[in-house]
Amino acid sequence: MKVHLPNSAFLGNIDPFLHSFDNSNPSILEITANKKWISIHPVILTMVAALGMMVTPSKIRCERFVAKSKHYMERMGLFKLLKIESDIKITEHEAAGRFIPLTVITNTDELTSFIKDMIPLLHLEPKQVEPIKYIISELVRNVLEHSDSANGAILAAQYYQNSNTIRIGIADTGVGIKETITKSHKAVTHLEALKLAMTPGITGTTRKEGGTEFNAGAGLFFIKSIAKVNRDFFMIYSGNAMYKLLKTNIGTKQIRLHADPFQDRNSKKEDLPFWQGTVVGIDISLDSGKEFLMLLEHIRKTYGKAVKERKKARYRRPKFI
Amino acid sequence: MKTIDLLPLVGTFAENKDLAREIRIKQLVPSLENGQEVILDFEGIGAATQSFIHALISDLFRLFGGKVLDVLYFKNCSDIVKKIIGIVVEYMQESG
Repeated sequence: MKVHLPNSAFLGNIDPFLHSFDNSNPSILEITANKKWISIHPVILTMVAALGMMVTPSKIRCERFVAKSKHYMERMGLFKLLKIESDIKITEHEAAGRFIPLTVITNTDELTSFIKDMIPLLHLEPKQVEPIKYIISELVRNVLEHSDSANGAILAAQYYQNSNTIRIGIADTGVGIKETITKSHKAVTHLEALKLAMTPGITGTTRKEGGTEFNAGAGLFFIKSIAKVNRDFFMIYSGNAMYKLLKTNIGTKQIRLHADPFQDRNSKKEDLPFWQGTVVGIDISLDSGKEFLMLLEHIRKTYGKAVKERKKARYRRPKFI
Repeated sequence: MKTIDLLPLVGTFAENKDLAREIRIKQLVPSLENGQEVILDFEGIGAATQSFIHALISDLFRLFGGKVLDVLYFKNCSDIVKKIIGIVVEYMQESG
């Protein structure tokens, strides 16, 4: 497998990076990087880490990073997680911004502890914390419950001062969305599976409306909706498909949430190198001023409408003769 | 009437679905089956995930129907918790 860390890759321009990923020869991982500058979304680090964890350390060939920003990789714990040497030295306690280094979560107790411990790392105000905790909890639980990933969920986050944004990435190398969704719903392609996974009330655990006693099929819809109302990016990649929620234009006065993710402003791909598992990236702007409560009210209306419409679609029709 | 104090069980951010299920199976359902009214006390809990609330109460609608809301009370809920409970209660009744 080959991964090249580019000069710049954030959710808005991540597509070339995804296309460049070479998944051939899965027993070896080669990591290369731009020689001058590396500025990447944490989701890319989670992907590299996820790939690296599937390979023995001796089979990871990581070129010596020379870019000025190479310390970021060390600070985020990439080399430590992959158990490979780096010659990059950082001063442990230097003030370097707010971030959550690459973290592996394999069970619910680790998740509960992580959520308690992670918030001080980001130095956020209490009201800014709620959507972050919510998103991380739901995304990690999705991995733990549905992915069958041997390595759990790999997570990282970074605060960007210029845009006052928290960027979060989570990756796993489990079974992928299509395999879980098609346990109960039909999806011929990976892109169809992504669409279903983001539709409120659709879960692979059952066909019944309202989900099971444990799963409602609402998590990804909630998270995508948080991004939409905040006018942020959200991306999900599984199999050969990727869906990216694009930022809602500033000029749009009233933001509408859609149960069908394809009705949101988006870009989609079905020709990507196959990712065995699932990758999710999301940006949360701390400037938006949207109260979490207001987000939830938007979500409530859309969710309820989607359930009613699905139920109505199943009504028997009178036979007029 | 039985009161279930959730803060000592789930902490200030209610997100652990396994705990939610355990509370439902071991405390909620037996009390409701015994004909008791139940208060879920969210004092000290700032927020909850939809997944947690779903794991806590959705099955009550399958077991007892919408009339479970006549004997189930939600106390000391923050605005966020109220909103999320409202979402779950609404879609569970719509799905029935």
